[in-house]
Amino acid sequence: MSSSTALAPVSSRTDLQSAGTANGNEEQYVTFTVGSEEYGINILAVREIRGWTPESRLPNLPDYVRGVINLRGIIIPIFDLRARFGGGPTQVTKRHVVVVMQVGERTRGILVDAISDILAIGHDAIKPPPDVDSGLIDAEYLSGLYTAENRMVTLLNVGKLFAGEHVDQDAAARAALEPT
Amino acid sequence: MDDLSRFKQTYFDESAELLAVAEAGLLRLAPGEVDMDEVNAIFRAVHSIKGGGGAFGFNELVAFAHEFETVMDGVRNAEIPITTELVDTLIRANDVLARLLAHAADETEAPAGTTDDTVAALRRFLGKAGAPAEDVAGVPPTATMLHPDDEDDEAGIFGDALAAIQAARDDRPAAASSGTIPEGTLRWTVVFRPKAELLLSGNEPTYMLRALRRLGEAEVVCHLDKLPSLRDLDAELLHLSWTVTLLAGPQVDRARIDDVFEFVADDCDITISAEAPPPAIIPPAEPVAVSPAVPVPAGPAAAATPITPAATTSGTAKPGDGAKRAGGAAGGGDHAGPTTHTIRVDLDKIDRLVNMVGEMVITQAMIAEHLRDLPPGQFQELLEGLEGLAQHTRELRESVMSIRAQPVSSVFSRMPRLVRECAAATGKEVMLVTSGETTEVDKTVVENLVDPLTHMIRNSIDHGLESPEERERVGKPRAGTVHLSAAHRSGRIVIEVTDDGRGINRAKVLSKAIEKGLVQPGSTLSDEEIDNLIFLPGFSTADQVSNLSGRGVGMDVVRRNISSLGGRIGVYSTPGEGSRFVLSLPLTLAVLDGMVISVGEERFVLPLTNIVESLRPKPADLHGLVNKCDVIMARGEYVRLVHLHRLFGIPKAIDDATRGLVVLVETEDGSRLGLVVDEVLGQQQVVIKSLEANFRRLDGVAAATILGDGRVALILDVAGLREMSRHGAGNGTGSSVPSPPSLPAPADRTDQRQRQTV
Repeated sequence: MSSSTALAPVSSRTDLQSAGTANGNEEQYVTFTVGSEEYGINILAVREIRGWTPESRLPNLPDYVRGVINLRGIIIPIFDLRARFGGGPTQVTKRHVVVVMQVGERTRGILVDAISDILAIGHDAIKPPPDVDSGLIDAEYLSGLYTAENRMVTLLNVGKLFAGEHVDQDAAARAALEPT
Repeated sequence: MDDLSRFKQTYFDESAELLAVAEAGLLRLAPGEVDMDEVNAIFRAVHSIKGGGGAFGFNELVAFAHEFETVMDGVRNAEIPITTELVDTLIRANDVLARLLAHAADETEAPAGTTDDTVAALRRFLGKAGAPAEDVAGVPPTATMLHPDDEDDEAGIFGDALAAIQAARDDRPAAASSGTIPEGTLRWTVVFRPKAELLLSGNEPTYMLRALRRLGEAEVVCHLDKLPSLRDLDAELLHLSWTVTLLAGPQVDRARIDDVFEFVADDCDITISAEAPPPAIIPPAEPVAVSPAVPVPAGPAAAATPITPAATTSGTAKPGDGAKRAGGAAGGGDHAGPTTHTIRVDLDKIDRLVNMVGEMVITQAMIAEHLRDLPPGQFQELLEGLEGLAQHTRELRESVMSIRAQPVSSVFSRMPRLVRECAAATGKEVMLVTSGETTEVDKTVVENLVDPLTHMIRNSIDHGLESPEERERVGKPRAGTVHLSAAHRSGRIVIEVTDDGRGINRAKVLSKAIEKGLVQPGSTLSDEEIDNLIFLPGFSTADQVSNLSGRGVGMDVVRRNISSLGGRIGVYSTPGEGSRFVLSLPLTLAVLDGMVISVGEERFVLPLTNIVESLRPKPADLHGLVNKCDVIMARGEYVRLVHLHRLFGIPKAIDDATRGLVVLVETEDGSRLGLVVDEVLGQQQVVIKSLEANFRRLDGVAAATILGDGRVALILDVAGLREMSRHGAGNGTGSSVPSPPSLPAPADRTDQRQRQTV
């Protein structure tokens, strides 16, 4: 079993780095890199950050569904963020990181290259996402853009990001049974 | 514990969930885009609330739910268009239903007129849709007046049920205050005061006390009040006396107790008194037969309906406890049932325990895997210790599972009432025979059996059985028989509902299915396929809509409930002789005996119950069949080969069956497949983990588990694999005929399935 970084020590860095503490107008975001891009998700959705452990693959699913891993007795799916954004499957190394998120009732992980920062971001500092061609990624997956120093951080809406994976299997099964 | 109130509580709990389902569904309904699944779900929720309410005699609630349901039925058949106004009304109706349920739960009357406005609003939609035979204007919108055609039925069902419930209530206090004596036993109180000279005549009171003990469960209290101080004590004399409380079966009578004291009768004072349990109202134990002598009219006959008293007197009551608790029981109210050595434990705590044991099984497997590589002979003690650990783990697991196991009698005991009501409502004569009630199965499974069984039995009576006159005409006894049985069979529980009615009318089923658009006209279906059409949503052959069934909910709900428990349902019908519905369910939802196999770099678990054998075929055993799929000759029959790696798209796997292994698997209905895998790694108990909790269901995958090395492996669903391979091998999904659900093995096949030679 590889290392699983508890969140507390990471977030304590925040106080040193970001001048403003989180007040009513600010929310904290965990940011991470995938390739040269930097993304952020609301820290409240993040349950833990852990090192890469080999996954078990699931049959007949798109390549961004990496597989499932055992998270202390529960089975959670891992999504490959690079593949999700059309960058092809990630060649994993021991340095890759899984961000375990709580989305509603479900726990799921996303595979990213590295954790980069924790930022306290004021609501006003978030710019709306520009019109994106609805090719690879829908604008609704993005909750906004933020400029940290001179880097752009894309803030993700985790609730929407893998919403397509909630397929009502009952409905699907019934649809299969009922010829149209 | 009072059976009836327990069922009621279950009903209210379930209804609360159903209301939430209906509400969530209603909120998603929008004009224009009709999601039929959603509509069906709402309809079913209301229907289930109505059905359960009927069983408890909540008349107003049932009448209202019927209104609600009728409108939903219209929506479902696209007779009533979905408008914002409709949705608002339906949501209001849902609220009213919730209020009625709350009143029912509090056992209070809903204020008069609670439902009037909503009923009127609901009926307006029916009027618009031109619903037949409903005189909207003429009839005042009073819930109970609305269905003259149902009126008789309701009087029959609910007069019956109400009287029975009342009878149960009247009995309860009596049963509680003296309920400390288990069924079928007498409590004897023997006060034994020997004279001081008893010992001088060579008698020994100890022997008598022992003799009493042999008659039953005895508690002996020794009275020391006559005991003099040590200085005054005469060791030759006896200063003690005793009170013996004896719980004994009916075979012990006064004479046998007198016999014990035969030789000392003159030398002592003995008072013997007996206390019997209250005259119990118990239906004959097994098999339970409910046969209404006359097609039950409402009223007096019904009042005599025996309410099955708590079937949970299994714990052995110690008389001492009985005596001690007797005082407290009077004030104890409802809780004073028969004294048992039980404690109530929060189900969450048990579940946590089950989970922990599951983790332990995994950890133990992990240690075992690591130690397997140790040089032999060197760590003997360690290995022995591990063997012990494995054994203890297994026993621990079984004990924990048995905590959750309950006899199916808790479900079966609800059925006589249901049968009686259905019989009364349909004017049929029905005899219910049950067997195997003591079969134990996981609590979750038991709980989820109620709905399906209710539907199935209703269905058997309503559709399966003929009227008494018709039965006489065809030379059958007037009373139809419905047989409900449970049994353990090769690691599963099999529940059968058999009736001796007319069987499935295949011509009618088929024409109905075509009419409903479920089957393309002109399709040729086998008898088995036709029989299985009844499991499709929206299917119903009943010409009339009754309170009982006939709205086409039921069998599809049954199948969904059952498959959500990992079970399967099948129907076997012989025209003129009756139908047999067979449910097969896993005993527990937590652990499975599996075989670990590998394909490429992936590992999977095959349920042991599916495996017939594994073999490495010789090239001569393999044959190509119309160049689409391969077949293998195994045990004298041709079996289709399914390459797991092709089905699942796994790289680096062995494609040539002669170099890998073929695992011969059998689905519940006895059809076989040859799964081509790389290797069979070994047998292992695995803890079933949900894939759906955090992800979703996948084709061909039943669940997941965690192997000894901490990695996840998928548990294969053999029936699902067969379906997948069919679509892959055939011409896609072009078939107009819904594939029949896989059926459990009929009784005579199970013996063959026992042999698992791997």
